[in-house]
Amino acid sequence: MSKFKKKKKGLPAISTASLPDIVFMLLFFFMVSTTMRETDLLIKKPNLPTASEVKKLELKSLVSTIYVGKSKDKRIAGDKIQANDKIIDVKDVPNFIFSERALRKEEEVKFMTTSIKADKDASVGTILDIKEQLRDINALKVSFSTRKGSDIKSNYK
Amino acid sequence: MARRESGGDFSASSMADIAFLLLIFFLVTTTMDVDSGIARKLPEKTPQDVQVTIKEKNVLDIVVNRNNQLLVENEFVQVTDIKRLAMEFIDNGGGIGAPKEGKPGEPCDYCKGRRDPESSDHPSKAIISLQSDRGTTYGMYVSIQNEIEAAYNELRNRLAVEKYGRSYNDLLDDYNDNPTESLKEKIDYLKDSYPQIISEPEPIK
Repeated sequence: MSKFKKKKKGLPAISTASLPDIVFMLLFFFMVSTTMRETDLLIKKPNLPTASEVKKLELKSLVSTIYVGKSKDKRIAGDKIQANDKIIDVKDVPNFIFSERALRKEEEVKFMTTSIKADKDASVGTILDIKEQLRDINALKVSFSTRKGSDIKSNYK
Repeated sequence: MARRESGGDFSASSMADIAFLLLIFFLVTTTMDVDSGIARKLPEKTPQDVQVTIKEKNVLDIVVNRNNQLLVENEFVQVTDIKRLAMEFIDNGGGIGAPKEGKPGEPCDYCKGRRDPESSDHPSKAIISLQSDRGTTYGMYVSIQNEIEAAYNELRNRLAVEKYGRSYNDLLDDYNDNPTESLKEKIDYLKDSYPQIISEPEPIK
């Protein structure tokens, strides 16, 4: 039996066969977990209202988002508007849309949609002001961002 | 004994399985927040001096105040009543429709309403007016918009099922999957039959 003497091995080398898998795993993990949101919220995260008749926004690249909500600082009252990483005034909304338009091709401009993500406790006055500004510059496609659900009553309590 | 001393290669072949398992786990659990909402088309700016005469009966007045209380045609109602009221109003069909492409208006032959002469003439003439207060909360505003949208969708669905045996929502889904001319025609017909005419006057200060 001892004719085939086993060779004495030292410490076996760690198998590197699994290394690619580990690398891929990490890669996938970061790919998946990185949020697609490109803006950091400077206002308090808007608590979106619920609606049942929602439509999905097609063509995400043609959507410009305006956030409306309370300031993070509790002492500051009133609604704040955020677009593109900064808090803006209502009358700056057209400038924001123009800058968004400048990034797109000319023929795509008419398909651009403005998504308004507003807190359900925001006042309609602010929203209507934004709408008026959008009308002024002919950005007519608007989507009121909501969560899908049938519990409409939770919107106004 | 000898085996253990040599350390023993552990099998690396399951590594890929573990990696894929994790990958699939993260794929399933992370939600990319899909942006969805109520789509609205704002009216274009018109010159101030254009005067349009609209009959009082063709307008459904919805007024909401800063305490989130609702008046529809001067009656105090709840948000959940709006859909029914709007449907009754749009679908009334008490008269003839708006003239289209030079042709005179026709009575609504697909309406199932009461044909009350005191209510709207035709879906193409029925205007919903939503007057809000600056202090109304956005949640309330969206709820009302949602109910109005629901009313239109239900009417379109009903007509679609009657005419094509398939609901309006299904037709829209079909169109997204496979945009064909005939589908577009159907959808346009339905949209034309119950056009959304929503007017939002200046808010109450």
